[in-house]
Amino acid sequence: MSANIPPSVIRRDPVIGPGHTAGSVIDKISSIVLSRDIQRGWFLLLALSGMGVMLLGVSVGWLLTRGVGVWGINEPVAWGFDIINFVWWIGIGHAGTLISAILLLLHQEWRTSINRFSEAMTLFAVMCAGMFPLLHLGRPWLAFWLFPLPNTMSMWPQFRSPLMWDVFAVSTYGTVSALFWYVGLIPDFATLRDKAQNKIGRVIFGMAAMGWRGATQHWARYEVAYLLLAGLATPLVVSVHTVVSFDFAVSVIPGWHTTVMPPYFVAGAVYSGFAMVLTLMLPVRAAYRLQDLITMRHIDNMGKIMLVTGMIVVYGYAMELFFGWYAGSTAEGFMVHNRLFGSAAGAYKGLLFCNLLTPQLLWFKKVRRSLWLLFVISIIVNIGMWLERYVIVVTCLERDYLPSSWGDFHPTIWDWSLFIGTISFFLFMMLLFIRFIPMIPIFEMRSLLPKSQAGAKAAAADQSTDASKH
Amino acid sequence: MTQLFHKSFNTLSKASIVLGGLVAGLTVTTVLFANRTPYISLVDVSREQPVPFSHKHHVGGLGIDCRYCHTSVETSAQASLPSTKTCMTCHSSIWTNAAMLEPVRQSYMNDRSLEWLKVHDLPDFAYFNHSIHIKKGVGCQTCHGQVDQMPLMMRKNTLNMEWCLSCHREPEKFLRPREEVFNMNWKPSHEKPQAQLGAELVESYQVQKLTNCATCHR
Repeated sequence: MSANIPPSVIRRDPVIGPGHTAGSVIDKISSIVLSRDIQRGWFLLLALSGMGVMLLGVSVGWLLTRGVGVWGINEPVAWGFDIINFVWWIGIGHAGTLISAILLLLHQEWRTSINRFSEAMTLFAVMCAGMFPLLHLGRPWLAFWLFPLPNTMSMWPQFRSPLMWDVFAVSTYGTVSALFWYVGLIPDFATLRDKAQNKIGRVIFGMAAMGWRGATQHWARYEVAYLLLAGLATPLVVSVHTVVSFDFAVSVIPGWHTTVMPPYFVAGAVYSGFAMVLTLMLPVRAAYRLQDLITMRHIDNMGKIMLVTGMIVVYGYAMELFFGWYAGSTAEGFMVHNRLFGSAAGAYKGLLFCNLLTPQLLWFKKVRRSLWLLFVISIIVNIGMWLERYVIVVTCLERDYLPSSWGDFHPTIWDWSLFIGTISFFLFMMLLFIRFIPMIPIFEMRSLLPKSQAGAKAAAADQSTDASKH
Repeated sequence: MTQLFHKSFNTLSKASIVLGGLVAGLTVTTVLFANRTPYISLVDVSREQPVPFSHKHHVGGLGIDCRYCHTSVETSAQASLPSTKTCMTCHSSIWTNAAMLEPVRQSYMNDRSLEWLKVHDLPDFAYFNHSIHIKKGVGCQTCHGQVDQMPLMMRKNTLNMEWCLSCHREPEKFLRPREEVFNMNWKPSHEKPQAQLGAELVESYQVQKLTNCATCHR
């Protein structure tokens, strides 16, 4: 009996906890959405983040009234928090696409219970990210000029500029992520429609389910559509942050103009994305008692991915230092010196602590399985990735080739309030999502059941035969 | 379980896909077209002025040269509007009691300018200089239309950026000899059509195709 089961199945934690049936999985997940009472903790958090959303409104309002001068940006640091936060948020979104597209194509079934959650995270992170360049325009209502629309100026956008590529990369990314997320939701909306107790719920979920009846034809088409979207989304995982890194790499500023930028940025994006998934998922898992559906296997795997991508990011840091020496140019060499000992040296040291030292703990299985430690590490990584973008943007712009054009960057209170506002907006949307949309794909979990039951039975049988031998 | 939606929803949901696309497409098209209508561009729209000054009468009928009133057009960025004194060179002796001219006399007596409504008003972020255009052989009529036939001043061109660029990209299509700039009725001759003449003028006046952003947005 035991010969038929690969040993890995037995040694690993299961993807679904023992004792679950198709019915219990449906009930467990859908009851979070369909329950009528409002949990106090959820409501409190919603109220808190709602206050943050109002702060966002105030920050944007003040910005539009007075112009971008309310921020700390000025020559030579014409990009400040706006680009830092843009890159940070876009990076956070990357876990969603990686989990949903690449891991799907690689048949990593453990992705199932975390993909919806991280896809939603991707969507909200892209929304937050998109706000920054739009607000940086100063006149966001003219943002449609970014697209090549026919107009009375007979002008196209500057296609040679990476900022233009960004527009296409991010908008494509947002669209495909939204489609992917929604297509995956359709069968679950149908389940909720059928389980909803009142008419309003049935109609709303019914509209969202778009007439899904679970017919064989529906499933066949669903599979094709989902696979096609996964294929479309796969290059996006790599392309979006590559294009974002071109914003820097294509310019000639010392410290930006390096070939390591694209892979280094992509790895950093996935790294920060997984950190954010852990930051959000660990409390949610505890609060909604989802330990059976998001098992230690998931958490362990995410820790490993963070470790790998973190090491790639560290390689990027090493290369930046190396290029500073190897380029043999005064400006590049000074950039490294300035990074280590200049005005932002504190941020650079913090970055090394957060992204070089802290993730080394993930080598240890004990750490990867300690929820509290992992939670703390994930937050440190989030901070570290923000510091990384701060260091890249600010140190390089503050001190470029000409000492006569040097200048310092000091963020204002409005920089911070907008940043905190977007974080609140993100949490606000996540809270709404957790409450009103099934955060774990119900039908995909059900499809995993036969396998996990076979595994569990086999394991049990294995044990019993072992016991009988003794 | 009872049926949740009426069966007409099958058709409705499919129709909504097509309709949604149509509405979105129509909205964009409408906005694009609306931007080129006289409602927005004010082409062919005459507006009320403090005095209904007729270019048709003064230029077409009496044959007064553009520069008699717009004195600085050859030497400065602004063509400039004439002071009331310029009007009074004639109107202190003719039509001295015309009711229509009362604001002119008031302006003269009280030493307060007439407040004309600027018809060809470029946005402040666009730099424009009349004198260089005249030096390079752009006729008044090319931009302002046949002013000698306008009872009331109106735009004949949109002043949109695409309109500026149409000439900045291909100046040879619009140039005329310098001595014909103030001629309202000039047309290229049959012996030397615009294609040939324009190319020659571009050569001899050293006209550049200035399409850099900073040419106008300084």
